[in-house]
Amino acid sequence: MSARDSIFARIRAARAALPAMDETERAAIEGRIALHPIGTRPAMDWPLVPRFREQCVRMSSTVDDVASMAEVPRAIARFLAATKLPMRAVAWPEIAQLDWNGTGVTVEARAARGDDLVGITGTFLAVAETGTLMLLSSPSTPAATSLLPETHIAVVPQGRIVKAMEEAWALTRSERGELPRAVNFVSGPSRTADIEGQLQLGAHGPYRVHVVVVTE
Amino acid sequence: MQLAGEKPSHIIAPAIHKSRDDVADLFVQHHKTPRKTDIGELTMEARKFLREHFLSGEMGISGGNFLIAETGSLMLVTNEGNGRMTTTLPRVHVAITGIEKVLPTLEDASCILRLLTRSATGQSISNYVTLNTGPKRPGDLDGPEEMHVIIVDAGRTGLLGTDMQEALRCIRCGACMNHCPVYQNIGGHAYGWVYPGPIGSVLTPNYIGLENAIDLPNAATLCNQCGVVCPVKIPLPDLMRKLREKQVDRGLRPWQERLGLKLWAWVAKRPGIYALVTRIAARVGRSVGGADRMIHRLPGNGWTEGRDLPAPAGKTFRELYAERKRS
Repeated sequence: MSARDSIFARIRAARAALPAMDETERAAIEGRIALHPIGTRPAMDWPLVPRFREQCVRMSSTVDDVASMAEVPRAIARFLAATKLPMRAVAWPEIAQLDWNGTGVTVEARAARGDDLVGITGTFLAVAETGTLMLLSSPSTPAATSLLPETHIAVVPQGRIVKAMEEAWALTRSERGELPRAVNFVSGPSRTADIEGQLQLGAHGPYRVHVVVVTE
Repeated sequence: MQLAGEKPSHIIAPAIHKSRDDVADLFVQHHKTPRKTDIGELTMEARKFLREHFLSGEMGISGGNFLIAETGSLMLVTNEGNGRMTTTLPRVHVAITGIEKVLPTLEDASCILRLLTRSATGQSISNYVTLNTGPKRPGDLDGPEEMHVIIVDAGRTGLLGTDMQEALRCIRCGACMNHCPVYQNIGGHAYGWVYPGPIGSVLTPNYIGLENAIDLPNAATLCNQCGVVCPVKIPLPDLMRKLREKQVDRGLRPWQERLGLKLWAWVAKRPGIYALVTRIAARVGRSVGGADRMIHRLPGNGWTEGRDLPAPAGKTFRELYAERKRS
């Protein structure tokens, strides 16, 4: 008997003490998975975009606005210069193919390495409730770009800001069907309070997260 | 914790019992770097040393906050990013978690996540919430080639269908220990097993046997702070009281305690004898207390090794009550 069989046997034996699972209960469980109803959640009566911005700041991200995708490279160049960061970044292909000429920033579309200092990604969508970026992994959207560099810059089209995580799942199902290898929800820079409970930004992931909202 | 050869003392803040000086000493000893005591610098040093491990490790081992039945996904909730490192960089990812962590849908996980982060650290969400669904896909530039999920029973099914079943609802937020006056005084290591605090006092006897964790259900004042703050409403004081009852039913309490309680019951049922015995005990107790009216040593009892017992006032409550009523 495998460990799995013996665990299931113990669960079935324990259930004998409870009312047996009948067809109605089984249908209820299967129905719950099929319908995935939204559970109890806090009131969400705020306007989406201002809420997203405010929560980003609360989670120690910085936020910038640009009118169109074409303006993203210059806005990022300004941020890098103002923060005295290197003008060199690793990025998702969708970002690297923007017109970076004349911005002074060298952008490479490749897998991130341990010594990259700036990583630029897009976002699948963003969650207003908590100021969260949702990134899906794929060959053209690798997960490490938002993890290894000390600075993570994310481009968020304003129309992709949704209310909460439940709305994010609905869009993932309708647009992608199934989940990718990794779904990463990122809310501000990495942090720890492991030593004496004192909060420090920049534990294992990025020290800073900069969000560029494209308002077009 | 690994450098010190110790085990975590809290389920979400494993090194809460270490001061910055303790950490500084450990880093000097193991990293051979100049001593620093600034918490920011210490965190940077930990980042630098651990990153090498993350980048070179062949296998990453993680826990799992939740498992999602709908999609077969593993959910990890972290602030540091260690969960993401462990599940993104090494060639093999192994996740180990309990059978009770399975949730039906992604929506259910979102709902429970709100409870978890608020109760654990007071955050509306933790910095990273990651869902891993299988290994690297064709064309992916990162992610493990193999992903294994080990789902552990280790005593959990023993709670199913019993009066202890409610403890299986635990989402491991740590709120019960953060609010426990006993945990705050004795620290997590004193509980002697994986889960400290009130939830540990309930789970440990159930997992390793009541007779092997005899003190745990009694390491509580039953003040119900834990019951009030528990986000999934586990009636922790009730469960600890039930475990105490089981200890008595199974005759697991020490004979001195059983004999003492029997004697006390006999005396307490006889008011005349009770009054006499307490009068004598109050006077003897007073005479044993020194000039400072403290008893410094109780024979055959370790209780006074670390502290003193206040001596009785010399008169019983009933005597004092009668006197004051007269005056």
